[in-house]
Amino acid sequence: MTAAPKISVRGLRKSFGAKVVLDGLDLDVGVGESVVVIGGSGTGKSVMVKCIIGLMEPDAGSVKIDGQEVTGLKRSERERLMQKFGMLFQGSALFDSLRVWQNVAFGLIQGHGIGRDEAKAIAIKTLGAVGLGPEVAELWPAELSGGMQKRVGLARAIAAKPEIIIFDEPTTGLDPIMGDVINDLIIKCVRDLGATAVSITHDMASAHKIADRIAMIYKGRIIWQGRASTIDKSGNEYVEQFIHGRAEGPIQMEVRAL
Amino acid sequence: MAFLARVGRVFLGFLAAAGRLALFTLTALSHCVRPPIYVNLIFRQFVDIGYYSLPVVGLTAIFIGMVLALQLHTGFNRITGGESAIAQVVVLGMTRELGPVIAGLMVAGRIGAAIAAEVGTMRVTDQIDALSTLSTNPYKYLVVPRILAGIVALPALVLIADIIGVFGGFLVATYKFGFNPAAYLHNTADFLRRDDVISGLIKSSVFGFLIALMGCYTGYHSKGGAQGVGAATTYAVVSASVLILTFDYILSALLFSS
Repeated sequence: MTAAPKISVRGLRKSFGAKVVLDGLDLDVGVGESVVVIGGSGTGKSVMVKCIIGLMEPDAGSVKIDGQEVTGLKRSERERLMQKFGMLFQGSALFDSLRVWQNVAFGLIQGHGIGRDEAKAIAIKTLGAVGLGPEVAELWPAELSGGMQKRVGLARAIAAKPEIIIFDEPTTGLDPIMGDVINDLIIKCVRDLGATAVSITHDMASAHKIADRIAMIYKGRIIWQGRASTIDKSGNEYVEQFIHGRAEGPIQMEVRAL
Repeated sequence: MAFLARVGRVFLGFLAAAGRLALFTLTALSHCVRPPIYVNLIFRQFVDIGYYSLPVVGLTAIFIGMVLALQLHTGFNRITGGESAIAQVVVLGMTRELGPVIAGLMVAGRIGAAIAAEVGTMRVTDQIDALSTLSTNPYKYLVVPRILAGIVALPALVLIADIIGVFGGFLVATYKFGFNPAAYLHNTADFLRRDDVISGLIKSSVFGFLIALMGCYTGYHSKGGAQGVGAATTYAVVSASVLILTFDYILSALLFSS
């Protein structure tokens, strides 16, 4: 990675009361690169992406997007910056009071000021790109299966052609086949847009498939990072325990006797 | 010592909660006067709060008017010539006090709970975060339309409730107690002053603001899942009801101090 990073995170700290979640986290993501952050539950993955995208203000540290410091931005500046981002939420987070096409077109209408008819046409085209026909556009989110909701969430994340896309547990709660479909769509969409992608997941099959680079977070810090193809030979005992899903190892769960 | 520490903790907790609410209120109010203003959303909320609350408020108002006339008739029997004041007391009671308070409490139960549940569900399913990632300010999109609609819809409802309540009193007085209808209406119209109605409308406007504010505030800060949303809903209704009665006294003291 020789060029200036698209996203540069330095010394990120975040605590909730006495609980330290991020403890001086550093991470760089290059332009057009797909980085997957893996780690157990409660290690700070979600807090990290929320700090990067500005949904949460860190206690200390720096987040730079295209070299510009984005921590402590005013709300209006933050709203402008958000136009660079798209995000697929773990539970899709579709607006249940809006039809599918209105969900996909939401950012186009509200964030980019595109007219309703044009935005609807773009939304239907984007739904097609994630494998959903125009008949789905008029449905309500509650009428969709989990996999379809994920695809609509993906369509909403990419509709405005963002420069950076965040994927929060994109395959969680899906069957393996639908999970693989979502992985393929993520790869296709990121490549087609030339976007920079940051994903967080527990799913190693997904991580292997969508990542150029994988980073592992533990106790609020990145403890290992490398090319996706090298993770099986990382030589890091924490990474090896995590990718093989072993209970024995340096990562210990606190379990009390019955 | 331990007792004092506990009292201190409770007091500090109360101050912190009051501070959070004050901050939320100021932020919401500041967004009420800054573009963009979502007129469509305000209208939709106005219909939800005003139009769909008409049956419950109207039904309550007619029975309150009827029972007021009934109680006054039995009560004023003890005073020589007291019966002749029934029309005046009914119209004064409805416009100044019972119309705004009863409508406020009914709407707090119906709309305060609905706002808290809707906004709370959006919070726990990441829909509010999704709004932010789509360059949309959640205060402007969720809070401002509900507050503005509450401020406008409640007075409209109360005006109708006043008319229905006075009509309820008229029905009981004329059909049950044999009052002369023309004389009853003449006494009502003769006694009523514009200030009586306006003071009730001012009160109801404040009540509408409080109902929408508490619904949005508790929903916006709800945590966890279904339990958190349930707690937010309860808190919205209870706090709005208590605030309505508190502000009823304060506003009555201010408006009628002379």
